[in-house]
Amino acid sequence: MGASGLALLGFLITHLAGNLLLFIPGGALFNEYAQKLESLGMLLYVAEFGLAFLFVFHSVIAIRLKLDNLSARGSKYAGLKSKGGPSRWNIASVNMAISGLVMGAFLIWHIKSMKFGPSIAQGYVTEVKGTLDRDLYRLVFETFKDPIQVWLYVGVMIFLGLHLRHGFWSAFQSLGLIRPRFSKLISAVGVFIAVLMAAGFLGIPLYIHFILPGVKTL
Amino acid sequence: MSTHEQSMTLNLKVWKQKGPKDSGHFEMVTAKNIIKEMSFLEMLDVVNEDLIKLGKEPIEFDSDCREGICGTCGIVINGQAHGPWKATTTCQLHMRAFNDGDTVILEPWRAKAFPVLKDLVVDRSSFDRIIASGGYTSAKTGPHPDGNAMLIPKPIADRAFDAAACIGCGACVAACPNASASLFTGAKITHLMMTPQGQAERERRVVSMVDRMDQEGFGSCTNIGECRAACPKDISLDSIAIMKREYMNAFLKSDIEQREVREDA
Ligand code: HEM
Ligand code: FES
Repeated sequence: MGASGLALLGFLITHLAGNLLLFIPGGALFNEYAQKLESLGMLLYVAEFGLAFLFVFHSVIAIRLKLDNLSARGSKYAGLKSKGGPSRWNIASVNMAISGLVMGAFLIWHIKSMKFGPSIAQGYVTEVKGTLDRDLYRLVFETFKDPIQVWLYVGVMIFLGLHLRHGFWSAFQSLGLIRPRFSKLISAVGVFIAVLMAAGFLGIPLYIHFILPGVKTL
Repeated sequence: MSTHEQSMTLNLKVWKQKGPKDSGHFEMVTAKNIIKEMSFLEMLDVVNEDLIKLGKEPIEFDSDCREGICGTCGIVINGQAHGPWKATTTCQLHMRAFNDGDTVILEPWRAKAFPVLKDLVVDRSSFDRIIASGGYTSAKTGPHPDGNAMLIPKPIADRAFDAAACIGCGACVAACPNASASLFTGAKITHLMMTPQGQAERERRVVSMVDRMDQEGFGSCTNIGECRAACPKDISLDSIAIMKREYMNAFLKSDIEQREVREDA
């Protein structure tokens, strides 16, 4: 769980880094970046296969774990209550399955509409460094014209933040990588990463929808 | 009498269950003449005497030392294992934690691996089986060795002792949303792997104890840390990280299987 989770975080960091190019009006740099990725050819397929494997692996063992844990209780409490203090019981830690399922559902739709969304054949075409290529920037731009999509992305990213808030620290703990001295530090880094990733990803649709229309293209 | 003036009446909502096969239910029982100085179990003693006088069945619960050291007692009180106080067993919880007229919910430890025997009494022999699977050192007991023959640095001795403070009460399992026994097992493994005496069986111990824990039907740790908050002995969550690390280290050492074969022969 922990290892695959951290690997997926690795993907998210690169994904966000690439997507930050969307903040540059006009989108030439973003499309150029997308073209560079495409040009990796075989390597990209291998990476995408690895990524898909990680997502499936992470989800399947997570669901199995959750079902096992639900059945381990046996009978139901009238109501279990946290004792606070050193406990890490919070909305993030006890709802990992829910935040995970929300992201999983998002992911299917996200890949369908982005990766397998309208392409050159549908007229989403632009000139990138002298060759005609898929206008991915236009796709993202048009997606986030729709306020429903914007708020959907924003909502999902809050779940992403919650998932990372608990998941980051939890991965270190489960992998036995924590030394008592670093426990607090790793937890704090987890909060930082959660806020950074959520804010980064939800900033994009908000920027494109609300701020970009007022920005003069260069 | 001043004690009479201070006495409280509480409404207990108690889990009643005839045996492991019974599905169980809550029953309301009134606790009268309860004074703040009583321990929670003394309160139950008073209630049970009243019930017996009325010809009713008393509420079944476990206790032994009643001084917080044996780990026998354990009730989930208002949704919290051992009640509201931190680092406290049920027997050391006192009635000043409650007010006159309060409704108090009493439930047994709930876990598939801790079947309810009766009312608030559960069968914790799954813990015993985890210990039997490796929670010991099999050193030869010869003549008494010289006191300073085996030097253990103070910080190490302290950490081993902190882990050894676990009384095996099962509050960690009861409080864990996943009913995981990781804090208990982690404490035992940490305690033994810290000291020189524990080195001989170090790898074999962690593998067989963790495997036993899983076979007993406990849940898996998802690092919620509620066990730590419920633990009457303040066992650190680090012991769970240590257990995982020890397990991985042991798993990577290829000679474990050989050693097991040799020792069985
Ligand atoms: C504002 C937020 C996001 C935007 C604008 C965005 C944009 C995109 C775009 C344009 C693609 C298509 C790339 C291509 O076709 O080559 C894509 C792919 C993908 N995205 Fe996102 N994304 C966002 C958030 C996320 C999040 C939070 C996740 C994970 C939970 C995620 C996971 C993926 C995955 C797995 C792919 C497929 C990668 C591949 O196969 O190359 N995305 N995203
Ligand atoms: S009865 Fe011994 S710890 Fe409570």
